[in-house]
Amino acid sequence: MSAPEGEEPGWFDRPENVNKLWYALLVVCGALTISEFLYEHHPHFDIENIPEFFEIFGFFAFVFIVFAGKALRTLIMRDESYYERD
Amino acid sequence: MNATELNPGLLMIVAGLVAALLPHSLRRALTLAAPASGIAVLLSTPIGSQSVVTFAGLPLTILRLDALAFPFALIFLIAALLGAIYALHQDDRLQDASAMVYAGAAIGATLAGDLATLFIYWELTAISSVFLILAAGTRSAYRASIRYLVWQIGSGVLLLAGILMYYRSSGSLAFGHMQLGSMATWLIFIAFGIKCAFPFLHNWLQDSYPEATVTGTVVLSAFTTKLAVYAFARGFAGENLLVPIGAAMTCFPVFFAVIENDLRRVLSFSLNNQLGFMLVGVGLGTELAINGAVSHAFAHIIYKALLFMSMGAVLYRTGTAKASALGGLYKSMPWTTVFCIIGALSIAGFPLTSGFVTKNLTLSAADNLGYLWIWLLLIFASAGVMEHSGIKIPFFAFFSHDGGHRVKEAPANMLVAMGICAAACIFIGVFPQALYAILPYPVEKSPYTVSSVVTKTQLLVFSILAFGVLIRSGLYPKEIPSTNLNTDWFLRKPGMALVRAVARMGSSLNAAIVSTGMALARVAADLVHAINGPDGQLGKPWPTGRMAFWTTVMLGAYLVLSYL
Repeated sequence: MSAPEGEEPGWFDRPENVNKLWYALLVVCGALTISEFLYEHHPHFDIENIPEFFEIFGFFAFVFIVFAGKALRTLIMRDESYYERD
Repeated sequence: MNATELNPGLLMIVAGLVAALLPHSLRRALTLAAPASGIAVLLSTPIGSQSVVTFAGLPLTILRLDALAFPFALIFLIAALLGAIYALHQDDRLQDASAMVYAGAAIGATLAGDLATLFIYWELTAISSVFLILAAGTRSAYRASIRYLVWQIGSGVLLLAGILMYYRSSGSLAFGHMQLGSMATWLIFIAFGIKCAFPFLHNWLQDSYPEATVTGTVVLSAFTTKLAVYAFARGFAGENLLVPIGAAMTCFPVFFAVIENDLRRVLSFSLNNQLGFMLVGVGLGTELAINGAVSHAFAHIIYKALLFMSMGAVLYRTGTAKASALGGLYKSMPWTTVFCIIGALSIAGFPLTSGFVTKNLTLSAADNLGYLWIWLLLIFASAGVMEHSGIKIPFFAFFSHDGGHRVKEAPANMLVAMGICAAACIFIGVFPQALYAILPYPVEKSPYTVSSVVTKTQLLVFSILAFGVLIRSGLYPKEIPSTNLNTDWFLRKPGMALVRAVARMGSSLNAAIVSTGMALARVAADLVHAINGPDGQLGKPWPTGRMAFWTTVMLGAYLVLSYL
């Protein structure tokens, strides 16, 4: 199903607004990247001394989780009525 | 010792039983009044109170209120109240009563000072809660509720066996700190582990919670698993084995959550992952870590209830909680959208939400102990939480591709319940001292250091960036109507096949017995017929002489026997 015909699209359904949100996110990410150099660090572990560690870790952890989940589908995904047949 | 202390758990149970008999208007009032007065009773009971009764010669500590039990009892009562508000629109005697008894059992178990009392309440949580699943009335809910009972009662049986062995070896029933090592404590540990959804013992949770009713899932999400966290904090704090178990629990559900289509099931995986954080805290066992576990449980009950409430409202209005059939609901259900996003930000642990100020304690504890791998797994899992609960839940329900549902906003009582939860998430986030004040140990440091705020925000915002990149490039996996296998498969496919095979064997055995029996009966009948029938020896008319002869023989024998 999709939106009924003739209905005004909502704010979040307009591509130009979605783009605005996307650019806003990029600006925030840029600001966070710069903020790395603006405060005194108190690392507990050596690994935290890698510049932009948390950004890199957050980004790639997320990507890894999504692709691992995708791969998991090939192993465990069955059709919706799998258990209803018996 | 004072045997007259009012027990908020018993209060809820009695109120629940009374509620079962009342008409809807009175019952509604009681579902609110009982937890509200329970909170009043709890707050007026001094920390350190105990009440002991003697039953069958055994002294049972039916109430022990200390610094560890208090926050759990309080949040259970608050959850009961919020669940009752959320359910006000529906007239369902069975669900109202069972939700109250269930909450009361969880509170009673939290306040139990001995293992026998714990066991009774432990079993009662299982039996009272199953109705919240059954009440959904579907065939799949019925089947899930049976599997749920198998696990829950199984946990109870192990607990009972463990308690009996523990009592025999130690002579004590007191529920306090235990050491893993004997069979008894292992059994108790596993019994707790089932309710806490340990890896491989976890699947009853994702199997049954999404099958329960709209309001039932909200209630279920609060009690059973957090009772288990409490039990671990009471019995096995500092048990190092809990650290890797908890860390595994934070990580593995996130992969299943990515591909799950039923959003209430996604939240169930997410619940499992949150329990992992709490168990790591319990396992680390320092004062900071225990505080982390307890505060996390407290905050989690609220934001997890909020998320289940929002998905329940969506299910209630649209008839589905499947991501593949939803989307675009922000237009129809704007308030639910906002509340859901607040819950999502909280569970992800953004600064100024309850998730940040509680999860931070556990992370700091891992930091302080220098447990690098545990710390890495926990922040990895934090990115995972961002994925499934922070983004996936609100995005696919309320935004994404428009599912075409044009529905009314959630009922007013649901909005009130969600609004209170959302306000609490932010309140705890902004004023963490209010929650820290009721934790078992004092908290000295504020969670808001520049370093912790910046690093956590970096982690979470760059997770969102990853989502943006994947979704804009079309690499993010589509939501597909599907069943994803989990450990319940073993019970449902080979397990059921085995049961069927045994049943078949049983029925053929049965048939064999019946036919053999019938054959034997036929032989016997033929024999009787042969002897006794019209042509049989005994069937023929007997001549009077022969009768007199045999009567004489019998009497003679009698005479001889009486002389012997």
